[in-house]
Amino acid sequence: MIEFHEAGYGYGGRELLTEMSLTLAPGSFHFLTGPSGAGKTTFLKLCYRELQATAGRVSIFGEDTRQMERDEVANLRRRIGVVHQDCQFLDHLSLVDNVALPLSVSGRERDERDLEDLLNWVGLSEQAKAHPPELSGGERQRAALARAVIMSPEVILADEPTGNVDWEMSLRLLQLLIELNRMGKTVVIATHDLHLIRQAKAQVQARVLRISNRRIQQAGADL
Amino acid sequence: MSFLSFRESPSGRVVPPSGFTAQLTVITAAAMAFLAVFALALSMATGRLADRWGTELARGSTVRISAPSDQIEAQTAAALKVLETTPGVAEARRLGAEEETALLEPWFGPDLPLDTLSLPVLIDVQETPDGFDAEGLRLRLAGEAPGAVLDDHSRWRRPLVRAAERLRLLGVISLLLIAGVTGGMITLAANAALAATAQVIRTLRLVGATDRFIASAFVRRFTLRGLSGAVIGTFCGMIAIALLPKADEAGGFLTGLGFSGAQWLWPLLIPLLAAIVAYVATRVAATQTLRRLM
Repeated sequence: MIEFHEAGYGYGGRELLTEMSLTLAPGSFHFLTGPSGAGKTTFLKLCYRELQATAGRVSIFGEDTRQMERDEVANLRRRIGVVHQDCQFLDHLSLVDNVALPLSVSGRERDERDLEDLLNWVGLSEQAKAHPPELSGGERQRAALARAVIMSPEVILADEPTGNVDWEMSLRLLQLLIELNRMGKTVVIATHDLHLIRQAKAQVQARVLRISNRRIQQAGADL
Repeated sequence: MSFLSFRESPSGRVVPPSGFTAQLTVITAAAMAFLAVFALALSMATGRLADRWGTELARGSTVRISAPSDQIEAQTAAALKVLETTPGVAEARRLGAEEETALLEPWFGPDLPLDTLSLPVLIDVQETPDGFDAEGLRLRLAGEAPGAVLDDHSRWRRPLVRAAERLRLLGVISLLLIAGVTGGMITLAANAALAATAQVIRTLRLVGATDRFIASAFVRRFTLRGLSGAVIGTFCGMIAIALLPKADEAGGFLTGLGFSGAQWLWPLLIPLLAAIVAYVATRVAATQTLRRLM
């Protein structure tokens, strides 16, 4: 699904990530850990072609990202749902319109009942008409998750999705991501919250990847 | 041209409203369209003048006879005889006293005592469409009526016609400049709007929007602004032209500024051209900006 072949990324003459070789298989669940600044966000950006590898090769859905045209990148992102720590919304649109944004940009009709179900699933049906600035941190994270999954993507990438929310909300978000994985989606969560990882490993077979010293490693059982 | 539909399209809704920039674009487009109506009116009025002066003056000439009083009638008769036998002369007619008075009235007033003045005799000459040989006629007049001078108006006709044609050219250049300024202004406004919405563009790209989708939102918005502003400006300009004093009332040169007959349809093209300029300018600006915002 997403393959790294000796891939690396550098910027301004500085190498941030190097010699990464791994495969994110369909239906797998991954945690990505490492200290702040280790390159977790950079790794995720390589996974949805926000950045392009400066060494080696990254293939997404079998396509070499170096060969992709701009429209192909746009089409690729419709198959990958991304949840950022600082969720980006269009503040002039309502929550429901923001969640439906991937449908609008891809020219698909929106089904109001499906949207209602989705907002119910993330517990935001009451806030459907609210605008993003009116939402709390946890509500924004759940809205971002709803937006990330509305196109039924094959891969969900979540960058510190629990960074701005309390423990109870973290568990709720984690539960939603585990449900998505059980539906066959590949899930990658970048986090440095070890409690969250332990909580997930009790419910799902998760692989833990650790970025250390610019390289990506399989983490041990001590987690 | 479905993108011009006033119903907000999915791409149009994703771009945040930009109040002041929007108003500025509409106002500027209106002002430019207003000026364009005047430039068009100037161009057309001077075109009409050039044509009229060219044709009217080209067909008319004057023979002026200045001679001692005991010779003037004889020289006049000789000159008329020469003119009657000149190929290319359709009609030659001596102006009467009333006509001469009318010619001098603008300078000396209506109560001119013509009989107390020693005025030359004037013969109005109308040419056939083929015209006559002016140099040949001058030589014959010099032989038969030495006091006769042929004035075929070419000395002052040419500069007048040239001036009118230059004015028409200036009008056309003004229209091109207005189109250029409108395009430049809309490009700047579109660039400012794109730069101000860099975060929106990043979000749209994150959820899979193509550059074409993003650009079309801006193109549609600025095209509609340019069109609506130009419609307002053109309408105001046409009213202002219609309210100008009529040429036959004041009789001056500038009062002839305006459109006549079917020419009133020409200003209606201005909003269409403004929309095309806005469409092209925004398309180019959006494409370039989106390439820069990788």
